[in-house]
Amino acid sequence: MQSEFSLLSGDEAVALASIDAAVTLGTGYPGTPSTEILESFEALGGRAQWAPNEKVALEVAIGVAFAGARALVTMKHVGLNVAADPLFTVALTRLDGALVIVSADDPGMASSQNEQDNRRYAVAASVAMLEPADSQEAYEFTLRAIQLSERFQVPVLLRMTTRVCHAKTLVRGGCFPIAAPAPAHFEHDFPSRVMIPAYAKPAHRRLRATLAALAAWNEDEGPNQLVPGDKSLGIVTSGVSYQHVREAAPDATVFKLGMTYPLPIERVRSFANSVDRCIVIEEGDPYLVEALRTAGIAVEGKPDAFRFGELNTARVRRILTGDNSPEPKPLPGKPPALCPGCPHRIAFNALHELDCIVSGDIGCYSLGVLPPFSAMDTLVCMGAAIGVGLGLRHALPLDQARRVVSVIGDSTFVHSGITGLVEMVYNPPKGGHVVLLLDNGTTAMTGLQEHPGTGRTLAHAATGKIVFEDLARSLGIQNVHVIDPLPDPDAFKQLIKSALEKDELTLIIARRNCLLAAGAIRQYERCNEQAD
Amino acid sequence: MSKPTNVVIAGLGGQGVIKASDILADVAVASGLDVKKSELHGMSQRGGSVSSDVRFGLQIFSPMVTEGEADFLVVVAADQIEVNRAVLAPGGVLIEPSQIDATRLSNSKSLNVALLGVLSKHLPFTDEAWKTALMRNLPEKLHEANFKSFSIGQGR
Repeated sequence: MQSEFSLLSGDEAVALASIDAAVTLGTGYPGTPSTEILESFEALGGRAQWAPNEKVALEVAIGVAFAGARALVTMKHVGLNVAADPLFTVALTRLDGALVIVSADDPGMASSQNEQDNRRYAVAASVAMLEPADSQEAYEFTLRAIQLSERFQVPVLLRMTTRVCHAKTLVRGGCFPIAAPAPAHFEHDFPSRVMIPAYAKPAHRRLRATLAALAAWNEDEGPNQLVPGDKSLGIVTSGVSYQHVREAAPDATVFKLGMTYPLPIERVRSFANSVDRCIVIEEGDPYLVEALRTAGIAVEGKPDAFRFGELNTARVRRILTGDNSPEPKPLPGKPPALCPGCPHRIAFNALHELDCIVSGDIGCYSLGVLPPFSAMDTLVCMGAAIGVGLGLRHALPLDQARRVVSVIGDSTFVHSGITGLVEMVYNPPKGGHVVLLLDNGTTAMTGLQEHPGTGRTLAHAATGKIVFEDLARSLGIQNVHVIDPLPDPDAFKQLIKSALEKDELTLIIARRNCLLAAGAIRQYERCNEQAD
Repeated sequence: MSKPTNVVIAGLGGQGVIKASDILADVAVASGLDVKKSELHGMSQRGGSVSSDVRFGLQIFSPMVTEGEADFLVVVAADQIEVNRAVLAPGGVLIEPSQIDATRLSNSKSLNVALLGVLSKHLPFTDEAWKTALMRNLPEKLHEANFKSFSIGQGR
């Protein structure tokens, strides 16, 4: 192996490719396993920024691509749900630059609330999709996605999974030359970018024609790979599953798909016809199996048991040999817990002692559901704490409704909690409501990223700051308190108790920096003061 | 080395499990091998169990070590041995904290590197390559202490 190879994660490889392609702007919202892409892009000298949420990030990226420049937007799988609205319609528009949307899926839910398979989004939104299988492909496919996006003037989905994002494998950069971007520019083109029905109707027809052209490209020169082998077993696969396949069945003939929407159906058909037995190995949903069968290609799939969790070499062996015996269950390790001394501990102790019904949210503080706190009753999606809490208040008898508290973290609040506050002011429950905003000054769960409430950019430089208490007061919330829960946990508990007794709207901001971030935050503040 | 070598490093969040696997992967890359390394981030970082798979050889496909196929299991926390034991191949080597005289470590946080010292006796990499990898992956002020911990692990 030569020295030009470096050991990079898939996330780092996407960042390196974005640098090599002179991407104008990278934007996104932190989410495991996608977070490191923008951090690496920034570290390599790229312009990267955190958006308040994935919808805004995608919208900003669309603007960059409308201006003829190159945009990268990153998110975890559930983030694409938030960004789905712009996604479905940007597909109809004509881009002048490039738009690459990274969806980092989490099969097995190492750090997520569901294991949705975002390959379905490519089909639903009619967006071309590439699936890298290791870091080298993450590098090459990012560049290819930019090329395709510019050539066909459509967005491209780069669908990765945890083991592609986080596994480190060898990468050789510079092996996939890409033209320098054209200078940013804007030309009026109303029918291509203003999706009123009169323009969207022809745009939909144009999109179908573009997809047909993309499918033809994928048939002829798509990044798909035939691994010759024994014709008695043929395997169709993509992404990290390919790696497990090569371990589990080293002698098999393999057709590895790099572009999985639109599919190179005729290539797969002739592959299937060339082998005695053709089986699809894919993680998650039976996406490929269903698409191939719909096209009349006879392929075997996997038993439903393998729809859950990640695949690995052992599981692929089981699928191939039809071994349906119970799988060994790994012994439970030590579960994660809130750090010793974490300020969230005080909040959840108080909620537990007050016997609250807690509408929770997504972050480190989701761990408040576990003993000894057992103080979280619901968790659905980013920002849901407030809406779900309000719904509980509307429906429950008053004595129970008065026990409901919505608990949300600072980054999550900016992401999608603000509209919940608006709802609370607009449709207040009869007994009022209490929202507890756990403001630890960082996006702790994903690894201490900045957000608009910290007043610092992705690179920790000073910028505009959203002041939560000012925002809440401006919305008309009657009682807004800011308290550090650490010095006097009893006083903090009493504050929640008295808020619950009122039939009013209350926002309590529990403000104390995350222990893991506190040192760095002090450092950033000092640096930024000196820069002033 | 035509067959891949499979190493699993395990412990608890904060013990330097990932750092140890970074160092091992670095040595293998510098020695001209194909290398893949994989672990799960996120929730596991909050003090829970952590394990990292490192595989190297002429050509590596899957980034994950299959259960029952690890040649080496390096465990930094004694209470994580049983949780991870099933990953070891028959005849695989367990490397554990009891193999290190902790009183000799100038910094208890360098147990991860001391255990790499034990592992190094089973692997074909030169002392020089290990030293270079340690230097590349650790801040300079920790170099001397970790060289010493590594030597202790090597039984010197």
